[in-house]
Amino acid sequence: MDQSTLDKLPKGFKSIGSDFGTDQTAFKGVPWGKAMMWIFLLSDTFIFSCFLLSYMKGRASTVDSWPNPSEVFALDFMGVPVPLLLIAIMTFVLITSSGTMALAVKYGYERNRKLCGIFLVLTAIGGLTFVGMQAFEWSKLIHEGVRPWENPFGAPQFGSFFFMITGFHGTHVSIGVIFLFIFARKVFRGDFDTGKRGYFTTMKSDYVAIEILGLYWHFVDLVWVFIFAFFYLW
Amino acid sequence: MIDNTDTNKEKPTTTHKIGIYLWIWGLLFVLSFFSYMVDWFQFQGLLRWTLILTFMFLKAGLIMMFFMHLFWERYTLVNVLLWPMTAIACFVGLMVAEGKYTVFTRFIYFVLGE
Repeated sequence: MDQSTLDKLPKGFKSIGSDFGTDQTAFKGVPWGKAMMWIFLLSDTFIFSCFLLSYMKGRASTVDSWPNPSEVFALDFMGVPVPLLLIAIMTFVLITSSGTMALAVKYGYERNRKLCGIFLVLTAIGGLTFVGMQAFEWSKLIHEGVRPWENPFGAPQFGSFFFMITGFHGTHVSIGVIFLFIFARKVFRGDFDTGKRGYFTTMKSDYVAIEILGLYWHFVDLVWVFIFAFFYLW
Repeated sequence: MIDNTDTNKEKPTTTHKIGIYLWIWGLLFVLSFFSYMVDWFQFQGLLRWTLILTFMFLKAGLIMMFFMHLFWERYTLVNVLLWPMTAIACFVGLMVAEGKYTVFTRFIYFVLGE
């Protein structure tokens, strides 16, 4: 659906009724791949919400004292323990990679093959750095004796929530990195300019795929915003 | 009335000025820095919660609106996404009450009972 047709449709809250009332296409002007990615992300939101909710309930209902995240996640920098240093760096790395992803989407739509590919690779490197630092954080805590069933700092539930939530998020980042590299290769090869048909699909490649990938990557960043606030800062 | 016949000739018109992205990027950095400062200065109690939640929702909102382009999407898609999330917020409210009740009974029967 092109922009001039979209402009003629009703705007605002009235458009909800008219969009759902029409035949076949409820999400006007949204390619089906993008709509499906949004619906997947919504279901993923529910999964992450369930994890964070169970963490909240577990932390609120334990009679033991909760480990102080500011001390547990402190990192020694030149002999001085700096609170949450690694987590802060991880947050900035992920935001940076989100920014480069946004630029990759922009240059993709402008059919700037080279810049789009470069920014995709930069995003993937950011994601790899993030996963690497998370692996470092995990091994540090495991060495200090944090287990899913016990830890030396306080309430025993701490470990299971930590490994489950950050592990599930880290898995999302890792999958994202794999897809970023696959799509960077496709961009550099020119699949999206020639409209080459994909391996799994008979449909022609289009730069909208970069936006769909971008939605996933921004979602991973979005989830980290909530984990950072609820798990590390709270 | 702005003449938009020229822009329609270009194939996808979903591209935005680079300034928007750089601004949002910068704002996200500043907000993350602020939320880190909440921990750095060890604010406690109500002030800490308010600051953490404010920075969190601002960051989440900026990412969803501009990086994920929801600001430019039609209301149908936006509403399909936001109402289920409102249901999650209600769920959070229910679980806060439930958590308070659980810790109350645990204190009475486990801690005081010993």
